[in-house]
Amino acid sequence: MLDALDATLLARLQFAFTVSFHFIFPSFTIGLASYLAVLEALWLWTARQVYLDLFKYWLKIFALTFGMGVVSGVVMSYQFGTNWSVFADRAGPIVGPLMAYEVLTAFFLEAGFLGVMLFGMNRVGRGLHFIATLAVAVGTFISAFWILSANSFMQTPAGYAINAGGQFVPADRLAIIFNPSFPYRLVHTVFAAYLTTALVVGAVGAWHLLRERASEGARVMFSMAMGMITVVAPLQILAGDQHGLNTLEHQPVKVMAMEGHFKSYDNGAPLVLFGWPDEARAEVLYDVEIPKASSLILKHSLDAPLKGLDSVDRKEWPPVAIVFWAFRVMVGLGMLMLALAVFSLWARVRHRLYDWKLLHLFALAMGPAGFVAVIAGWVTTEVGRQPYTVHGLLRTSESASPLHAPAVASSLLAFIVVYFIVFGAGVFYILRLMSHSPQAGEEGPERGQPVRAAGITPAPAVPDALGSPGGGA
Amino acid sequence: MPAFDLPTLWAFIIAFAIFAYVVMDGFDLGIGILFSRIPAGHERDTAMNTIAPVWDGNETWLVLGGGGLLAAFPLAYGTILSALYAPIVAMLLALIFRGVAFEFRWRDPRHRPYWDFAFSLGSIMAALAQGITLGALLQGIAVENRAYAGGWFDWLTPFSVLVGVSLVCGYALLGSTWLIMKSEGTLQARSYRLAFALAIGTIIAIALVSAATPFLSDVYWRRWFAWPQVLFTAVVPVLVAVATVVFFTSLKRRHHYTPFLMALLMFALSLAGLGISLFPYVVPPKITIWDAAAPTSSLMFMLPGALVMVPIILAYTGYSYWVFRGKTGHEGYH
Repeated sequence: MLDALDATLLARLQFAFTVSFHFIFPSFTIGLASYLAVLEALWLWTARQVYLDLFKYWLKIFALTFGMGVVSGVVMSYQFGTNWSVFADRAGPIVGPLMAYEVLTAFFLEAGFLGVMLFGMNRVGRGLHFIATLAVAVGTFISAFWILSANSFMQTPAGYAINAGGQFVPADRLAIIFNPSFPYRLVHTVFAAYLTTALVVGAVGAWHLLRERASEGARVMFSMAMGMITVVAPLQILAGDQHGLNTLEHQPVKVMAMEGHFKSYDNGAPLVLFGWPDEARAEVLYDVEIPKASSLILKHSLDAPLKGLDSVDRKEWPPVAIVFWAFRVMVGLGMLMLALAVFSLWARVRHRLYDWKLLHLFALAMGPAGFVAVIAGWVTTEVGRQPYTVHGLLRTSESASPLHAPAVASSLLAFIVVYFIVFGAGVFYILRLMSHSPQAGEEGPERGQPVRAAGITPAPAVPDALGSPGGGA
Repeated sequence: MPAFDLPTLWAFIIAFAIFAYVVMDGFDLGIGILFSRIPAGHERDTAMNTIAPVWDGNETWLVLGGGGLLAAFPLAYGTILSALYAPIVAMLLALIFRGVAFEFRWRDPRHRPYWDFAFSLGSIMAALAQGITLGALLQGIAVENRAYAGGWFDWLTPFSVLVGVSLVCGYALLGSTWLIMKSEGTLQARSYRLAFALAIGTIIAIALVSAATPFLSDVYWRRWFAWPQVLFTAVVPVLVAVATVVFFTSLKRRHHYTPFLMALLMFALSLAGLGISLFPYVVPPKITIWDAAAPTSSLMFMLPGALVMVPIILAYTGYSYWVFRGKTGHEGYH
């Protein structure tokens, strides 16, 4: 019994680890693919060299990131079977088709045109190449559509029936795909991906502006990124609010944990800003509260009653502290993004976008914020779904494979070691590419032509030698 | 048993995905397997360039195989993957190393030998693990109460290792004939020599696996040798023999395309043989495709997607191969 419990916990840790690592890559490539499509469109439209240079600059980074997204994604498609075979058997008839649609309509589209996008510019001509770039960008979006539909079904199942074997079976296909939380989750996640990309592009632009204020490439990418953040950050806060209200309607226990409401409030619930949720004592220690603010946000009324975790059995509680803190990390970073949006808008109005050092430092510091916020949001919603895999219907403890703890532990260890070596190296290579400023006549990812002298390898080394005459620090 | 039903149709769709995976990722895994036999420098770079634009699409068929199995035969997906936990995890880790090597080796010239080694070892391990998985499936998986009921090392037997080594050899054959088709000069000459040796190895491997399979279970034995099926099943080895003769003739005459096509034919015939042994079992010896199939409403859910999308996928995959047609060599992709 103890052994089975441990194996389930290890299987959860393994899933959390592999999916969190995987999610980092698509949350960047979804936005980056769209950014590349915009850059190529601007180049075709205006014929300005800087857009082509930026396209090629980010294309190399895209190729690295996409490759890591693919290999870490292949792992995910097998995790359900290796560690969650009961879940696979029971929920497979619904989750499986959604993921099959993802493969059929998105993965092949991305993979099929990625080769042309990366290496085909001189083979197919500009028009067809642009179509390939668009196909990859659309593919990343379709992929998000299906996987979030599958995920949302696990949060807010709809359109299903349960057969004699205990399997979930489709009853109403459209109700399954467009289950209650899906539209909110899709918008919130796609905005998050766009923000993540804009923050990275903005940080790279800021880094080069700090070193070399005149760089045209750095200016263009910084301006585009800040513009994107100015538009999307406020929209994202709005979308997050709507998503929260939707969660309150369908998964109220998750919201109780997010808010740290152990008690029910009949006459206006306070907003707990900070504190330490203590599950055993069922209270938030050291709490800092704003009276009645939670009711105002969630019910749009100061005195509206809100139920707390005391209204449900402890067996229905998710791990409160994790959900509580992950939610605060996400919201806090969202507020900082909004601050960056306002700051950059102010700088733009005052024509100081390219020479306000404080703005550039702020943007640089915010570079990784999107990734952290995405993972924190993901933890909030997935840990908040516990103790269920399919909310309210299939418990996590009943979903795991009949595996023994040592097997799961050793594979978990192998995944951790391999991921840190491989993706650590990959992140290092990406940072190295980013540390070189975009150059006029930037090289793309085409390489390895044996005609070249052996020592001269791809882009980075060479343009740097030509580097930044007027720039410096 | 109805002549045509949904589980059977889905079994064919997934078998097609597996076939597409094996031949397409087969040749690019094969190039990884052969990587240590190709000198570093121009020849390796060229070999890598022949597959760089297409490997990602090739590997997507593996995801379709996994995703399709989950969707159409969830019981089989769950039991096979928990029974073959170790080789599957090994395959996934190996695919990570070889997959990232495509980009990493260009980004880090100083450590290129390490990433080339990762590419090579990752390809070998992935192929070996896939073969072992297949072998372990053929020898049967213990199932009770809709769950795997065997031990942690049941998959490791002489037979499964034989199938593993055979698949490494077969993929390497596909890789070498792919290089014959896509390269020129010294790399092509080297590929002809490799293909000759690998073809001999592959034929021996096919013979050994074919000879051993009927002894695994009476079911397989009757499948192949019962009268009058033997009239049909005998066609498979006869065609393998024909493909072998054509293969060696074309190799001797230095044809560019025929060796690859014949290697593909051998793989297709081997998979047909596999189908003859297994059908209608998806997890021998107990679970048939009808036992494992998802409910009808679930199979219908996906059917339009598969029937509409697979031809479209084949069309644009074909287009992508067409864009990068011809010899990959001194001019790279310019």
